[in-house]
Amino acid sequence: MAVSVVLPRALLTYSRGSSTLELESRCRTVADALAELGRRWPAVLDRVVTEQGDVREHVNIFVGEESIRFATGLTTPVRDGDTIMIVAAVSGG
Amino acid sequence: MPTPTPTPSAGDVLLLVGTVKGAFIFSANEERKKWEMSGPHFPGESVYALAYDERGGRRRTLAATRSFHWGSTIRLSDDYGASWTGPERQTVRFPEDSGLSLVQVWQIIPGPTSDPDRLWAGVEPAALFESRDGGESWEPVEGLLKHEHRPRWQPGGGGLCLHTIVPMSDDHQRMLIAISTAGNYRTDDGGRTWRPRNDGVRAVFLPNQYPEFGQCVHKVVNHPSKPERLFLQNHWGLYRSDDAGDSWTDVANGVPSDFGFAMQMHPHDTDTVYIVPMQSDEFRCTPEAKMRVYRTRDAGASWEPLTNGLPQQDAFETVVRDALTADTHDRAGIYFGTRSGKVYASSDDGDSWSTIADALPSITCVKAFVVGRSGAEA
Repeated sequence: MAVSVVLPRALLTYSRGSSTLELESRCRTVADALAELGRRWPAVLDRVVTEQGDVREHVNIFVGEESIRFATGLTTPVRDGDTIMIVAAVSGG
Repeated sequence: MPTPTPTPSAGDVLLLVGTVKGAFIFSANEERKKWEMSGPHFPGESVYALAYDERGGRRRTLAATRSFHWGSTIRLSDDYGASWTGPERQTVRFPEDSGLSLVQVWQIIPGPTSDPDRLWAGVEPAALFESRDGGESWEPVEGLLKHEHRPRWQPGGGGLCLHTIVPMSDDHQRMLIAISTAGNYRTDDGGRTWRPRNDGVRAVFLPNQYPEFGQCVHKVVNHPSKPERLFLQNHWGLYRSDDAGDSWTDVANGVPSDFGFAMQMHPHDTDTVYIVPMQSDEFRCTPEAKMRVYRTRDAGASWEPLTNGLPQQDAFETVVRDALTADTHDRAGIYFGTRSGKVYASSDDGDSWSTIADALPSITCVKAFVVGRSGAEA
């Protein structure tokens, strides 16, 4: 089993067109998964988090159907078989 | 979506227009009567800084883009916007130990012609970045990043932004920058140290209205042939300095308001400057609902309204700090854009005006360049 990371269309430019990344390495938290994402696709990670490693203000990350904002943020646990979804928040101007 | 990009010849004018929804590139020949438009480039992203750089044999357009969701970066085009760099990694990044994260880039300024690979970028949160490879990569200027005043700088309405970069020497040792709201800082040693240069500049929103720093400077300009003479549009106040910013004198002589944002130097006359007054900091629209550019030809001793071709009734317009510019033709082209998406142009030093676009997204910056003038930025 692995953890899947699903990307929004806007970031496919930076993932060579792949919309899903299967993480084979052991990930205990969302932070672990993002670190692995950054090793594989650093340009994707740049768009998701700031230089300080904070999730950008208008980006939402879900583990399953739960937003990590309402869980424990980047320390939200992930388990084998989980799907992490990165989406643009419903916001704009 | 972008319409065909220009293929300008020497002497043509490029007019780069940034908006909250992307960038537009206008081009015209030297007569500047008929304009072609391409864009939007980066649709949906705001573009607060644009530049064109011909130094070192380049034909490079630089655009500072900000996605509402995915962050900010500087993109490059060497074919007038037909294609842009990604870039893969975001090239303007604060070091991890700074504790800061980039919000957006407010200003891009090519360096001296003698150093064709050097550029500067002013960003939010307030910091100066430098490129030594034509804009491909950027590093923060440490002397300002670690300035002892930084903890006491406060954001203005637009955020804590370094929005103005004024080179003052060919060897890039002396430079003035402006931050809202920290005021002016000048380096005389290539960026290692920075001193506040605000003596005489008012801060109406502070108990001490003449502090060492903390002013809300909106724009500063100078002429390359007389770099020590500076003109300043303040958050209330219009000033001139004849000593590289060591002291400032009020020159709001005959303007309907000394509040405003935009200011532009004439490309050839060191005594001629343009501004667009706004009624007040609460209203921030053109006084008396008249769209007027004001011009001084005597270094601020007097100012005259320029109205020919501009609406003089029911014109509730706002022109922000980087939305007024000039080209470098002998009879200078003067241009400005409004928050309501109009672009006005003059090809006779501001004596008369016409509309070249009237329904763009809200305009954040306007920059003009004459192709083949060796990187001379207006």
